[in-house]
Amino acid sequence: MTEVRVAGVGLTRFGSHPERTGRDLFAEAADRAFADAGVDRDDAEELNYGNFMGALAEHQGHQAPLMAEAAGVRCPATRYESACASAGVAVREAVRTVAAGDADVVLAGGMERMTNLDTGGATEGLAIAADDLFEVRAGVTFPGAYALMARAYFEAHGGSREDLAHVAAKNHENALPNEYAQFRSEVSVEEALDSPPVAEPLHLFDACPITDGASALVLVSAEYAAENDLDASVAVTGTGQGTDRMALADRADLAATPAAVDAATAAYDAAGIGPADVDLAEVHDCFTIAEVLAIEALGFAEPGEGIAAARDGYTTADGDLPVNLSGGLKAKGHPVGATGGSQIAELTRLLRGDHPNSEHVPDAEVAVAHNAGGTVASAVVHVLEVAE
Amino acid sequence: MTDEAESGGSAPAANAGYDEWLDALAAEEGYALVCPEGHGSLPPRRVCPECGASDLSEEPLPAEGTVETYTVVHVPSPRFSDDAPYVTAVAQFGPVRLTGVVREVDGDGGVDVDGDAIEVGSAVEAGVGERETDGGRIVVFRPMET
Ligand SMILES: [Zn+2]
Repeated sequence: MTEVRVAGVGLTRFGSHPERTGRDLFAEAADRAFADAGVDRDDAEELNYGNFMGALAEHQGHQAPLMAEAAGVRCPATRYESACASAGVAVREAVRTVAAGDADVVLAGGMERMTNLDTGGATEGLAIAADDLFEVRAGVTFPGAYALMARAYFEAHGGSREDLAHVAAKNHENALPNEYAQFRSEVSVEEALDSPPVAEPLHLFDACPITDGASALVLVSAEYAAENDLDASVAVTGTGQGTDRMALADRADLAATPAAVDAATAAYDAAGIGPADVDLAEVHDCFTIAEVLAIEALGFAEPGEGIAAARDGYTTADGDLPVNLSGGLKAKGHPVGATGGSQIAELTRLLRGDHPNSEHVPDAEVAVAHNAGGTVASAVVHVLEVAE
Repeated sequence: MTDEAESGGSAPAANAGYDEWLDALAAEEGYALVCPEGHGSLPPRRVCPECGASDLSEEPLPAEGTVETYTVVHVPSPRFSDDAPYVTAVAQFGPVRLTGVVREVDGDGGVDVDGDAIEVGSAVEAGVGERETDGGRIVVFRPMET
């Protein structure tokens, strides 16, 4: 197996850019990634591109060739779609391609354009990640699905809206210095509790925003990095993916995410590590309860104990295991088809020491990215390690 | 029959298997598909999603289900724009769980807008109702006298 290195990362500012086309967003992220990598774009051998709802938001299918043009690469290009885990699976296939020796340089990432839709349109767009016949027609929205999980969690394990508000407050605080974040404003526990309901028990500040943005990574083989004298100090040492029943109602446990357990187990095994070895993580906190479920699935907390992690300071910036130092989906924003790539971009910078929040993890060597689709019917986990 | 196409959505007007299942539920003859191992699922199915068995039989749903979780939705999708706020619940009916909208909590067809009519563990019966927004058919749950 060939060792896979992250040669360069690029993001757009996440936020509300309703006038910007998807192709322009991805072009910006890709341009930054190539510049950060010091890699000639002509060397790209494949483009793996994630996008979820472009057919609804931009009336644009078949986006991969369009994005190859925008990024200035001429190579086989494929769009990957796994709802909010679209970029995660795109990156995972890029990692597998380089690891297998099939390519030395792959451009991977994703883009989502969302704010050009009204709230109803965006809500409908996100809902199509659920089972249309048995969930969406019964009124399940994206926040509604996570609200169903949150109430099931409270019933099974206890916990409260206040515990969840601590997750929101933590992630907003983490986003303050992040120049790519959508929200760089503090939210207090009280403000989160007092925000209007979206799908009870979840309220507005339990939810990630609607976001436009793109992410791009230049992944290379260690041999290519050495031959080209690249500064590519972060390796992707593990990748894993899990799939569960599509509809939440068909899961054995409504308050657990076994697809993420499967993804984490595979990624940890590939890297030869366990959860105790992890120094920091970016997890898929599309809603505050999702961060709780994620850290339990990743083995950072026992089932039923993840709810207290933010409140107790375990996952805060100065805690034992900082989670979502970027601000997470909650505050950094969630352009759904770009998120999985952006998590790895943030972790790469945190490990390299050139992220505004690197000061919180000066000795970190192992990081984990957790990207989920739907109500975690799809999950992708990556392990990143400092290689040199 | 179903009228998703009139809602402005992209859903097709007919979904064989699902439509017949909804007709049966409306006639108080709701059923689950059950494999020899006892795994329940909903149509259309060719194999059991849990074990792959292809020998699936239609078994009547019990009259009474139990609410496992619910949410009060305040921000709806366009198909539910005139329905919000509404309560969506997941309830266990024998070998399957159903997802539906809670209705008829005050005996006159009224809608539960605050989630006070049920709690986790409440008994409900399942039927078919219509969305206020566009008349589309939906699975509904009615709280049962206990
Ligand atoms: Zn079975």
